[in-house]
Amino acid sequence: MAEFITFFCGAAIILAGAIGVVVARNAVHSALFLIQTLLGVAVIFVVQEAHFLAAVQIVVYAGAIVILFLFVIMLLGVDKAEDLGVEPIAGQKPLAVVLGASLLATAITFVLVATDGATGVGSGDPERQLDSGITDIERIGRVLFTEYAVAFQLTAALLTIGVIGAVVLTRSLSSADQLDDLEPASMDLPSLAPEGANDEHHVDTVEEDAS
Amino acid sequence: MILAGLALTPPYYLVLSALMFAVGATGLLIRRNPLVMFMCVELMLNGVNISFVAFGADLNDVGGQISVFFVLVVAAVEVVVGLALVVAINRRRADATADDVSLLRG
Repeated sequence: MAEFITFFCGAAIILAGAIGVVVARNAVHSALFLIQTLLGVAVIFVVQEAHFLAAVQIVVYAGAIVILFLFVIMLLGVDKAEDLGVEPIAGQKPLAVVLGASLLATAITFVLVATDGATGVGSGDPERQLDSGITDIERIGRVLFTEYAVAFQLTAALLTIGVIGAVVLTRSLSSADQLDDLEPASMDLPSLAPEGANDEHHVDTVEEDAS
Repeated sequence: MILAGLALTPPYYLVLSALMFAVGATGLLIRRNPLVMFMCVELMLNGVNISFVAFGADLNDVGGQISVFFVLVVAAVEVVVGLALVVAINRRRADATADDVSLLRG
């Protein structure tokens, strides 16, 4: 009973937040609605007794990812209301809503058909069973560092690649020029046109050099 | 109460997951601000996370929660790289929407 009430409260929080993300005109409001949705998902995780994930959901998603979003919104100064009435592509919105509704109808049909009387079998490994008496975080830790150790290492590599990618993409042009200056100048390369020869392309040339 | 005899079976979670995924997908198609589009992708990822945990709970297996953990890491990396792209695009051209970035269009 209490489970049910918690579930429906969490579901209401999630759906209100999700719709808010989509319809809010201001990107900051979208980010705040996203926090609401992520907290609702944390509530749903608690109902399913995934306590560790609920904590991680709040710390990593609501605490780090959304704050990153807000940082970028403020950094770029795009925190002004967007005119949602402008439609560069005719009929984009109605078509998107129709596509989303059909996606939803398909998914729900599959859920109701597929789960009708279906029974699943877990792995049977006592280490992996959720009712084995050890705490949630201990169970995840044991399985993560034994069975999924390789995948865990790969996520470390992925995070490193992500950090390097972010640094490369956001490297400012001036520091890029400095890096280029460190290399010995080669006279064999086709040199750039003299200053002012094609001024209108000058900015593009510099940026191509930087990349 | 009507609900007293009912149990929270997987379909409840899966329908909620489908709703969240559909709202995210619709938002991704409607919005043109790349930042809001990324938030809609987060909605879709979280919708899938709910169903992972529901399946894991139904099978009495920790694999669902492990999957959510990995989805979380991938989502974090995706946001970092995506926001770096948004910053890089905005540096060349302020107020760019997803429609303006069409250099590769044939």
